[in-house]
Order: sequence, then structure tokens, then C-alpha cells
Amino acid sequence: MSPYVKAPKIRELGYELKVRDAMDRNLITVQPETPMSKVRGVLRSNRISGIPVIDKDKLVGVVCVEDLVNWLRAGADNCSVEEKMSKNVVTLYTDEPLIHAINKLEQYGFFHFPVLERENRVLAGTITREGIIRGLLKKLEIDYREEEIRHYRASHVFEDMIADKTSLIFQYYVVGQDFNRAGESASALKKTLKRLGTHPEIVRRAAIAVYEAEMNLVIFARSGEIIVKVDPNQIRIEVEDSGPGIPDIEKAMQPGYSTAPNWVRELGFGAGMGLNNIKKCVDEMNVTSTVGKGTRVEMYVATKKESVSYEVKGTG
Amino acid sequence: MNLAKIKEILKADLIVGSSLEREIKMICACDLMSDVLSCVQTRFSSLLLTNLIHPQTVRTAEIAEIPAICFMRGKEPQDLTMDLAKKNDIVLLSTSFSLYEASGRLYEEGLPGCSEYREAK
Repeated sequence: MSPYVKAPKIRELGYELKVRDAMDRNLITVQPETPMSKVRGVLRSNRISGIPVIDKDKLVGVVCVEDLVNWLRAGADNCSVEEKMSKNVVTLYTDEPLIHAINKLEQYGFFHFPVLERENRVLAGTITREGIIRGLLKKLEIDYREEEIRHYRASHVFEDMIADKTSLIFQYYVVGQDFNRAGESASALKKTLKRLGTHPEIVRRAAIAVYEAEMNLVIFARSGEIIVKVDPNQIRIEVEDSGPGIPDIEKAMQPGYSTAPNWVRELGFGAGMGLNNIKKCVDEMNVTSTVGKGTRVEMYVATKKESVSYEVKGTG
Repeated sequence: MNLAKIKEILKADLIVGSSLEREIKMICACDLMSDVLSCVQTRFSSLLLTNLIHPQTVRTAEIAEIPAICFMRGKEPQDLTMDLAKKNDIVLLSTSFSLYEASGRLYEEGLPGCSEYREAK
């Protein structure tokens, strides 16, 4: 039995993964009429041990290191690949479980197999031991990451706390005019919500809304605060600053309306889409402002499953 | 299409990132960060083409879950931009093409814009 297959986890992955997940799609091929003298160069420059031979899209053979060695030993006559290649080629299909490839490599002692599409038998790639190892490791890494996220998830706090109502509050302090640090709160909130196990789409919407609000704060105010209250059904976000205030909120909500200074526009912000973007991301939004005192943006994002929508709400 | 292929099409240099195997399904070519935030359907992998090289570009990509950015006209980002990209596992490329030329080349290869991308059923 193959040493691969002895490990139950690998056997499990071998059935889960398909040949196409581990095959090398970089197709290096030769034609039947290619001279044998060219084979060495192709093998060497691509660091492979065998090359599929293709005639009008169809696989007709494989020429490998062994064929090359035999040809050299026999005197290296001037001849074509067709005369020296192996014609009885063992192949695999892209949709076969990877375990078939592992078993076949073991059974035949080869280093590589051509992989064909089942419906038209066109060459899709090659499978090698290296590719199999890479495919298995990649899958293991993904599984491990998912496990780690599950492990790290703090969503159970809501269930673990005994109370009639449980909420978590996160507070972020934002420094105005510091463009290099702008967005740190949105980034931190995003990570926090992810850890809480919030649905990715909700995380994304909340993060974008906070990011836009944070940018406004950084552009116009000296300092401000973001307070996020998370309870099992909704996220309430409050962004408050002690900036110049907005004289006409209705106007400020219009897409494209902006009073941002030029230096901000040069950085790709202040195009008058911020409040509009926020509105598209949240379920409810209230803006209150007093000129000379400051601005307060309050937004709600529902987190219940049925409110998760992938659709972008009507563009403003 | 994976990033390695895109790098080839755009004759781009790799500035930050180790793996170019990531699949890119659509392109967002934009110098307005608010537009980036509003148009990208982030649950699919997209590549951002932009002229802006400051850290906020990477921050925007992080928030919008964009795994890769390519800067135009051979611009190279500041250290802070690169640090932020490393921290957030975002690939940075730089091409000598302009935004129009790079967009055209990728569109020709079949990569859709982010508003016209439809998931294959």
C-alpha cells in the first residue's frame, strides 16, 4: 500500500480532492514529428521528467527520461519522438478523485500521468508526485485556517452570558487630519466583527460604512469617536466628531456633492460619494449636525440571517 | 485567471506578495476610493488597478476585501503602503502601462468589470 494512503487523513483528502485540484495546468507538449534531439532541452528547461506527445489535440504518447536514455544508449540516431515514445499511455480524468492518481503512481511506479477531460479526451494537464503533495498541503492549510477561525470565534459570548439582554460595546478614537492612520478603526472593527462570527456580508457592509464615516471625520474634524454596540440582532454604529458641522445635510447626501479640499481629492477621497455609500451599506442612517459644533452619524445594520443580502441596494 | 497570468499580460513587477496563484475574477480600475468601495462585489476576487500609491489604497482594498492591487505607469508605493499590504496579505504589482492601456489589455483577455461580473451557475 502506498505510504500516502496509510494516513487516514490523507486518504480522506484523497477522496475529497479531484485530480484537477492537484494537476499542473502548465501544458508543455511536443509533436510526434519533433526530433528526439530536442527532448533533452525541453525536459531540462521545464524541470520535468516526461512530456505528453500531442497530435491535433489528441494525446498519442509520452516521451520520458527513460526513453531519452534508451535512445542515447542506442546511439542517438536522428529520429522523431514518435519512434521512441511510449504509446500505451496510462491517463487520468480531471474529475477522478485524487486517490486514483496516488494509487496509479504507486502501481506503475511512474512519476507523472497525463490528465484528460472526460468528455472530449483533450489533454488538460499533468499530475506529478510534487503536484499531489502541493494539492494535499494546500487543502490541509485551508482546513486548518477554517478550524482556527472556528476556534477563535467569540460568537459564543452571547450564549455564555446570562442576562435578559447582552450587548458588546467597542470604542475607537480617531485623530483628525492624520491621513496615514485613517481607516485604522474600520480595519480594527472589521477584525473584531469577524471574530464575533458575524456574517461576512454584514462585516463588509459595516466596515465600509465605518470606513467612509471615518474618512469624513479625518478630512473635516480634529478628532472624534466611533462607538459600536453589537447585540445579537443588530449593530449600532455612532460616529461623532467636533468638526465644523454640515450646514445643509440634504445637499451633503447628494451623490457627487463635496466640500473636501483638493489635497483630499488627490488621495482619491472627497468625491462626494461618502454619505451615499454609507446609506447603501446600512439599514438605517441618521445624520445630525450643528455648524461650529460637530456632526453625528448614527447607523444600524441588522445582523439576523434573513437580512443578509448580497445585492447592492439601488445605486444612488 | 490567476495573478501570475495577469502579471504576464501587464508585464508587471511584483512589489509585495509571495503567491501569485490567487484567482482573479473581475477588475476594478479606479482612482476614486469611494467608487471602489461601492462597486466591488467583494465576495469574489477582484484586482484593483489604480494610480494612487498611498496607504489608503491598501486600506480601501482591505476593507473591500480586494486581494491584489496593481499600480500604473511604473509607480512604486511608499514604505508605509508596502508594510500595510504585507500585514494584510494583499499582493502589490506595478505596471508601466497607463490605466487605460492596462484595463484594455485585461478586458480583451475576458476579465469583466466588477459591475458586470456574474457568477457562473
